[in-house]
Amino acid sequence: MISRHAHPHAHHELRVSDLTVSYNRIPALHHLSFQAVCGQLIALMGPNGAGKTTLLKTLTGLLKPETGTIFFHGRQVRGATTDFAYLPQRENVDWDFPITVRGLVEMGRYLRIGWAGRYRETDSLAVQAAIEKMQLQDLQDRQISALSGGQQQRAFLARSLAQEAHVLLLDEPFTGLDEPNRTNLAAILRTLSASGKMIIASHHDLSSVAALFSHVMLLNGELVAAGPTATAFTPETIAHTYGTQAFAGKKHA
Amino acid sequence: MNLLLEPFQHEFMLRALYGCAIIGFLNGFIGAFIVLRRLALMADALTHSLLPGLAVGFLLFGVAPLGLFFGALAAALFVAVGSQLISRSSRIKEDTSLAILYTMAFAAGVILLNKVRSPISLHHYLFGNVLGLSNSDLWLSYGIAMVVIPIVVALQRPLLLCLFDPTVAKSQGVHVGALNYLMIGLLVLTMISTLQAVGVVLALGLLIAPSATIYLLTDSVNKMFWAGGILGGVSASLGLLLSYWFDLETGPCIVLLLGGLFLLAFLASPRYGVLTKLFRRRHFHQESLERWQKKPPAPAAAPTNEEKLH
Repeated sequence: MISRHAHPHAHHELRVSDLTVSYNRIPALHHLSFQAVCGQLIALMGPNGAGKTTLLKTLTGLLKPETGTIFFHGRQVRGATTDFAYLPQRENVDWDFPITVRGLVEMGRYLRIGWAGRYRETDSLAVQAAIEKMQLQDLQDRQISALSGGQQQRAFLARSLAQEAHVLLLDEPFTGLDEPNRTNLAAILRTLSASGKMIIASHHDLSSVAALFSHVMLLNGELVAAGPTATAFTPETIAHTYGTQAFAGKKHA
Repeated sequence: MNLLLEPFQHEFMLRALYGCAIIGFLNGFIGAFIVLRRLALMADALTHSLLPGLAVGFLLFGVAPLGLFFGALAAALFVAVGSQLISRSSRIKEDTSLAILYTMAFAAGVILLNKVRSPISLHHYLFGNVLGLSNSDLWLSYGIAMVVIPIVVALQRPLLLCLFDPTVAKSQGVHVGALNYLMIGLLVLTMISTLQAVGVVLALGLLIAPSATIYLLTDSVNKMFWAGGILGGVSASLGLLLSYWFDLETGPCIVLLLGGLFLLAFLASPRYGVLTKLFRRRHFHQESLERWQKKPPAPAAAPTNEEKLH
């Protein structure tokens, strides 16, 4: 794993302090504080109900925090922002929607230029670049249901690239992908994080974390551990997070 | 030949044709939103709930179109907003609350309409009368079209985002709730222009069928709006002419024509038709069979070229 301490984009920092989020006054996340830097590829892990989705939704501005602050790039984030892109779980997408891959990626530009701004050549170029970066050139005129699972993920990633989002929030991106598509998506996420994107992805599979992610954040209603996978993802933190010693996955010394 | 051109010599037919073109276009246009947002049930409820509003509007303002308009708008908003309030504040789901409120509104409307003895008869309200469109009805429809279409065009980008994925749209700062209420307001306007012509029962067909048909033919939301509008306008006008030539009821003629076109697209759309897919599957199978017979099978699970990352 490449060390990211001296990353050129290190000033792009996400700083969350004392974040508490509640549903109907019942807290789902308690006093969460962490820092993350652009270029990190972070697995968000924890049992069901640990607050993974709650955290993703709060970062995207869909939920209002009860207490605490979110700072990105030194500025406070309140509610919706186009710096963050949320990639929905695959089963939450209407794949029959009448839109092509290119149309989907163009949506990312609409967020940048607003409802009345003109769609200029730079926008068209940004869309083309995003499509090429995600290797979707040959598929750009296809309707989105006529793609494989991995291609669908890439199409949504291309949209967030066209949007010029800095932080990509992914909900279970590896769920339901077969092996070649997993490897492919992992390689793409690594390329994106190396180019300075911060990627936070909720993830279920304990055994693949070390291979896929540079950092982990372990949640259990509150923060259990966060940091580089090598130091933060240990049998002790895992046991603490999932509340059990019976962990059958790969051991990390 | 004489019969073909005859309808164009009557002033009432020309007026009806003009009305059908506007109303058909408007319905087909805004129908794209209803189809993609899956609001057909909501639209059905709204058409029925306009009745008490029309009755009260008549009671307060007489037959002035503006009075009827505000009455209908108030009734529709009562049902739309009321059902949302009930579903959000209790365990009752929205389709249930909607069904209760709109049948209540419809029942109240039937009673009110008989009490106020308006010139709008129940039969007229239920089935409409294209041939009875007055000049002021036409101007009202025209005015409504000139409000609805420019607003939808101006808001096409946030609308697209909101239609595709309301959650993500909201997370990126699109005012999803406000946009929905605005679109429902525009829908009510469209319905008011439609009721005079085809009535409550058939209005839904005019609204849904054109865009559902186009949905089976295109992969572009923009085309769904515009082609839906054109299909609606042309079909409504053609349906009117058919009803004249064959001496049939006008509203049913229009809706049957639209429904027939929908079924045709359902069966034979080049990309999404049921028969087309059946035919194509056999074709694909044969193609792969030929390929398989020509060369030995490639090793399995190797990533294809387009899947590989440099």
